[in-house]
Amino acid sequence: MKIAVCVKQVPESQAKRLDPATKRLDRSGEGALNAFDANAIEEALRVKDASGDGEVVLVSLGPERALDSLRKGLAMGADRAVLVSDPAAAGSDLVATSLALAKALEREQADLILFGQQSSDSDGAVLWAAVADRLRMPLVSQAAELTVAEGKARVKRQTEFGYDVIDASLPAVVAVSDAINEPRYPSLKGIMGAKKKPQESVTASDLGVDAAQLGEAGSKTEVLALGDPPARGDTVKVEDDGSGAQKIVDFLAEKRLL
Amino acid sequence: MRTLVFLEHHGGELVKNSLAVVSKAASLGGDIHGVAIGSGVREAAAKAGAYGATKVWVAEDAALDAPLPQPRVDVLEHLVREHGYDTVLFGQSVLAADVASGLAARLDAGLNWDLTDLVQQDGTLVGKRPALQDSVVVDVGWKSEPRLALFRSGAFDPQESGGDAQVDDVQVELQDFSTKAAMVEQAHAESEGPSIEDAQVIVAGGRGLGAPENFKVVEELAQALGGAVAATRAVVDAGWYPYASQVGQTGKTVSPKLYVAVGISGAIQHKVGMQSSGIVVAINKDGNAPIFELADLGVVGDLHEIVPKLTELVKQRKS
Repeated sequence: MKIAVCVKQVPESQAKRLDPATKRLDRSGEGALNAFDANAIEEALRVKDASGDGEVVLVSLGPERALDSLRKGLAMGADRAVLVSDPAAAGSDLVATSLALAKALEREQADLILFGQQSSDSDGAVLWAAVADRLRMPLVSQAAELTVAEGKARVKRQTEFGYDVIDASLPAVVAVSDAINEPRYPSLKGIMGAKKKPQESVTASDLGVDAAQLGEAGSKTEVLALGDPPARGDTVKVEDDGSGAQKIVDFLAEKRLL
Repeated sequence: MRTLVFLEHHGGELVKNSLAVVSKAASLGGDIHGVAIGSGVREAAAKAGAYGATKVWVAEDAALDAPLPQPRVDVLEHLVREHGYDTVLFGQSVLAADVASGLAARLDAGLNWDLTDLVQQDGTLVGKRPALQDSVVVDVGWKSEPRLALFRSGAFDPQESGGDAQVDDVQVELQDFSTKAAMVEQAHAESEGPSIEDAQVIVAGGRGLGAPENFKVVEELAQALGGAVAATRAVVDAGWYPYASQVGQTGKTVSPKLYVAVGISGAIQHKVGMQSSGIVVAINKDGNAPIFELADLGVVGDLHEIVPKLTELVKQRKS
């Protein structure tokens, strides 16, 4: 069983800002593996273990230094990483990103392609469906449970109406929820070993993608302006020093909610 | 503008989000058409007329019964290509998000998501998208047509304007891969217990509770306040609390007078389900949790200390 996991490097959570000049997310600071992707990696490792053998490969699109974040996934137990890295790809929107990833995934010929629930930087939670369409593979999202057997992925999907059970024949694309598992922490041995695992960086031309189809040139959406959010009431945050409960009661009384 | 709205339905009725999007589209002008997919939807689909749609396409086929995204992409692709829609709009849902994204790839079209509004600005269509935990509102546009947009749940309300929609059938041949996912068991509406959607006070618990048995402190506080108990997706998926109590993107949208968030980090999926609450009080040990950005009062500390104490104080005050 070969499993590909699509992952992303995101800025460290405390430092997120939009660059007023480019109107893009400022990615100059420290980066980290998108936390939601750890659930997808964990699930991939479990599926691989259950199937007895196979390979887990991480596939990502990002700047060269995103390899640092992919290493966390390798430390968890993934076997190798492929990073699509090309200056022309900066600022790619959904259609451009899904194209680059689909081309990288085509090379891998995986039986199962997993995504995490969302990216923590752009709050995007749609990429899998575009990638599945380009790969002409069945898709199931919002997986709360996943079992793979007899050439099928069986998914318990959560929607607004409850839980569905859906079967998708392999190869398939599945996006997992962040409640599907508890991702393992990399062991010291895993961390030491991660550096030696294969980490490949490929460009658009390596994948046979025209650079004009990527980045801002290849994107069909654009950011026009940044503005302030609508004003909302004051927020007050206090540290509990033993009087936290009393402060809440006083506040509720003041608001006539008690 | 020629606008196509994806009409989602459940239990024989169009969902509120879809009708709200039809109303929004009607306010922007042009031709507003809808598309409803699945069998037995003809009657419900026609109701979109009262919200401003002049035509509704109905695709009835047994292969389209299950609410799966990919066959729906095939239908929408056909309609956009054959009938020249320049704008395709969706109200957020698990299904709609997957359909919108698949359609974007199929048509090589731009998709902007999580929009809270759509306006005409100097003759072009501009979407409003709150970003980075709603700390900034981004104006987003499209560089080509068709323009695809997915609206945040509850961004606007349906507005009945009266009117009738012509109902036309559409038949589409499905792509081979679109039928490779199959529904084995479809969710049934859960309706046991009082609905949290009507509660004036809600106490909600999240993963910060640490263990399912700790929901007891949430239940006790809810009882003292005379409110209902809600939960986040993480704890529902983990089996700590029933799905009917879930608040958020794939659960209920609530707007009580008071919302107390206990051990909830406040990820965007949860936030969209409760952000229109009156007063929000949050208790969480992580001072950087996003929930504090929308809490009128946030207390950083150990919920196992604070919540039982709070329950006692509330009881004392009420007695």
